Amino acid sequence: MRKSKNLLWVLGILLTGITLVAADHIDAPAVSGGTSDITDYFAFQAENSSNLVFAANVQGLLSPNATSMATFNENVLVEFNIDNTGDNVEDLVIQAIPRDGKMYFFGPFAPPSTGLNSTIQTAATSSIVDITPYGSDPITTSNQGMQFFAGPRDDPFFFDFGQFNEILAGNATGFNNPGTDTFAGTNVLSIVVEIPKSMLGGNGTLNTWVETKTN
Amino acid sequence: MKINNIKHILLVILTITSLTSCNNDDDGLRTNEPDFSGTFAQADQMGRPAVNTVFVSSNSKDTFNVTTPSEQGAMFQSMFQTNLEALSPAYANAGDKNALGQDAATFTGLLATDVLGVSTTGTTTFFDGTNVLTGRTLSDDVISVELLLIFGGEDGSENPGLTDDNVDANDKPFLTSFPYLASPW
Repeated sequence: MRKSKNLLWVLGILLTGITLVAADHIDAPAVSGGTSDITDYFAFQAENSSNLVFAANVQGLLSPNATSMATFNENVLVEFNIDNTGDNVEDLVIQAIPRDGKMYFFGPFAPPSTGLNSTIQTAATSSIVDITPYGSDPITTSNQGMQFFAGPRDDPFFFDFGQFNEILAGNATGFNNPGTDTFAGTNVLSIVVEIPKSMLGGNGTLNTWVETKTN
Repeated sequence: MKINNIKHILLVILTITSLTSCNNDDDGLRTNEPDFSGTFAQADQMGRPAVNTVFVSSNSKDTFNVTTPSEQGAMFQSMFQTNLEALSPAYANAGDKNALGQDAATFTGLLATDVLGVSTTGTTTFFDGTNVLTGRTLSDDVISVELLLIFGGEDGSENPGLTDDNVDANDKPFLTSFPYLASPW
């Protein structure tokens, strides 16, 4: 009985077409493994409890050697979206786009139009930080109470993805204890923004998400 | 010496102009600013971890990424529910719920709109035993939370081999200060 149940859901997993994916690493064919592939997104209260932190990672599963050569793509715009009215439509946006070794940030600003297409709002508050080279201490800048960082970091995601795949493949019936962190020793390219909560509006709860957009 | 002074003055002027030009639209010094023109079209989207990965059928994953969150629920909830029920025996029977008291329809209704709620007044955590989806910190064991809600049933005891991957922390400690993420390997 137990075995047939297991077989049933293994079959179900296979039918849903789950492939080699994780937090959001290589989540869909059009972005998989490319420079616009978001691997992860975090939003949390900062060390200074008056601030929030937004962190977006792209280009996952970089070995140290690959990290030394990895660069942000100048055709990939990263947007942090903030809904402060509860309708899941962005009321504020923070844009990040690299140019010539620097990450340019615009916002937060109320976007002139919402949805799938964006233009870069250079009239909004702009902030610039040098992209931290691999092997260097983090380079950060501050502007209007905000802090900015862009550069390679350890992938903060942890998951025994290898065993998960063994389960999906029918080679195992459960996780190991202890498990093995498939993402150990790998890096990502990170964009981190710390921002005063007072700049974000809302009544105690925000809905947030991150997007990559390309031209 | 004199040339050095001129150099210094020039450097100061250049520094000042490059610092001020970003906030000044009409000073005529923006000609050196990079080109930010053009329209950027959505490629990837993410709110909560592993949502597109686990709940969206393979031939819809790209579509999910280019659907705005306000439209995701209507377009994808029923697909999420179908895939959840196929994935987990914990939702096999009518009335089955997860540890948050959500049945398959309620759980997938929450997940299909892929945004991350963040509290601006209290604890920010994916799940800490008390607070649910009030943010996501770097150290949150989000996969084990999701496995528990997918496979664990009403009290978290169902399918015990599948509710925790037994990887509970990152391979490097995080920083207490900005930029918080650990240095690369």
